[in-house]
Amino acid sequence: MPDSEFPEIRLSGIGTAPGICIGKAYLVDKEGVNIVKKYYIGASAIEEETARFQEAVARAEAELRSIIQETSEELRQHTGILETHIVLLKDRMLYGKVVETIEREKINAEWALKKVVSRLKAMFRKVSDPYFRERAMDIVHVSDRIMRNLSGGANVDIKSIDKRVILIATDLSPAETSQIQLEWIKGFVTDGGGMASHTAIIARTLQIPAILGASNATALIHNDDLIIVDGTSGTVIVHPTEQSLLEYEERKQRFEAHQAMITRASQAVARTADDVTIHIMGNIELPEEVVSVRDNGGNGIGLYRTEFQYLGRTTFPTEEELYDKYKDVVEVMAPRPVTIRTLDINGDKAVAHTRVDDEPNPALGLRGIRYCLKKPDVFKTQLRAILRAAVHGNVRVMFPMISNCPEVIEAKRLLREAAESLEADGLPHNADIAVGIMIEVPSAVIIADLLAEHADFFSFGTNDLIQYSLAIDRTNRHVSHLYNPLHPAILRMIRRVANVTRGSGVDLYMCGEMAGEPLYLPILLGLGFTELSMNPQAIPLIKHAIRAIDMAAAKQCVDDAYRMTEAREIEAMLRNRFGEILADYAYISSKIEG
Amino acid sequence: MNKDFNGIYKEVRIVNKLGLHARSAARIAEIAQNAKSSVWLLKEGHDAVDAKSIIDMLTLACGQGVTVKVGVDSRSDAGVLDEIVKLVECGFGE
Repeated sequence: MPDSEFPEIRLSGIGTAPGICIGKAYLVDKEGVNIVKKYYIGASAIEEETARFQEAVARAEAELRSIIQETSEELRQHTGILETHIVLLKDRMLYGKVVETIEREKINAEWALKKVVSRLKAMFRKVSDPYFRERAMDIVHVSDRIMRNLSGGANVDIKSIDKRVILIATDLSPAETSQIQLEWIKGFVTDGGGMASHTAIIARTLQIPAILGASNATALIHNDDLIIVDGTSGTVIVHPTEQSLLEYEERKQRFEAHQAMITRASQAVARTADDVTIHIMGNIELPEEVVSVRDNGGNGIGLYRTEFQYLGRTTFPTEEELYDKYKDVVEVMAPRPVTIRTLDINGDKAVAHTRVDDEPNPALGLRGIRYCLKKPDVFKTQLRAILRAAVHGNVRVMFPMISNCPEVIEAKRLLREAAESLEADGLPHNADIAVGIMIEVPSAVIIADLLAEHADFFSFGTNDLIQYSLAIDRTNRHVSHLYNPLHPAILRMIRRVANVTRGSGVDLYMCGEMAGEPLYLPILLGLGFTELSMNPQAIPLIKHAIRAIDMAAAKQCVDDAYRMTEAREIEAMLRNRFGEILADYAYISSKIEG
Repeated sequence: MNKDFNGIYKEVRIVNKLGLHARSAARIAEIAQNAKSSVWLLKEGHDAVDAKSIIDMLTLACGQGVTVKVGVDSRSDAGVLDEIVKLVECGFGE
């Protein structure tokens, strides 16, 4: 409903996931995931609104008192903080200010409470003593309790979105993104973030249009505003005119027709314009995902993450359990290859029962091959399951987090031992499988020539390699914008390894996120990758893009990129030369195939 | 403070280990609620804060060893003042 009351506004940001969506905006609050209803009240309603707030405070107080009462004597000493919270409920700076704000600004209680708490939090942020600064949390807890009582017990939060909306947020943390019921989300718009942020990756994986870095989006867009998101060009249109709506409906149809065309072609082989065949594989975590890899035209599994079966349990999975799962995947994919990465326990995914002591820096701690070599029994159980599954198809094994040669030698020795023990037990197995390593630690890049002696293939894990090389924690919003696969250092590292593999008999693969992004494709082809593995949803798009790229042009582009000093320059060159043929953009031009 | 000022104040040192933390501030606030006039707390270099408000007191970030002035705006609230001073001096009984 284009409303003449509101003029059309256009915002631009970074189009991080292509596609067009038209729908209602749903704002996620700046300070977290809770959405606070905001509305003005008439002067006559002030008294009623104040009373509503007072009732909520009274209920919050009653809740706290009953918690204290229900606490057993021996734990009573810990309820002291709750008694403090009871006093805080009535604190002039909180209670008094909220009542004042309702009266003065004529706004609803939830909004007034949110405003007062935001101001208090800002005040505490200036306190230099960390103990006192942390006390802002007590205020937040107390106000959350009042808020729950105000909104009738039902927390309005990101988890409870139940209509198809376009999510508008300042920024979304991985934790927040993981809470969203994604089937309800038509699109994303955020003030911050960029191409490589977590939200962008999720959006691309799920093929939801997304625009990040649209500063002011949260200030200019209101809940329930009608908006158009064009994730390809990076345009957000608020209060679109009838004309814009028509235009974008038509573009949306063109985009969808284009997508359908790409999907139809996804089962065909991906050959570059000059006839070089590239194998496009899928990354999976659950055995069920093989279906998606096949449907999307994947030529195999380039990365089978095996952590899932170790999570949320109290005991380690048995060899039989692992074997059953691996066998399922291998059989469905046969004769196409399935690359099984051995257990890569890391900071995000720790096996609950083995978490003996917390590591201050899990990304640099006991994970991947380091963990497996320390727990040879756990490792061998997995290796035996892999060797047994190898009877049913084409299996490769891949070791994660390799940082030196002895690790590979030792892992291969354990693999041999596993084969010997299977032999002794008289169990069918296949020990004649390709053994590769992940290239994701900078030291592995530097000693690639030494590692090549021990491996049948190298597979780049770009996510970790970039984080470790550029010293960036991608989940840290202060530095995440610096995460960039086109950093000249990353290109140099990949090229170094590519040069080592040339003519050595070691195959060069990539299974990191970089492989699933069409923009980086010319670089990867130019560097000599013959196999790329990605989220299954990205396969059709990448295959489509490969068919439009010429190897000579790709090699030229690597040479040129090598002389450039910054990522921005390289990205501009790629967009300039390949923008038109990268599938994201194709549907806009008039040359629509199919 | 102007001439008409009819209030009184006392200086007191925060002796307990945790300083003027949430729970101790809550106890001051509880006592201060009984006063008819304003009860304030002053830390060198800061504006006076309302001793009836925990939040206000916490923003002062008074650690152990800090000396503060506690005052009431009316002499009739001298009893409240004494009670607060006593509480602070004994380290909130911690």
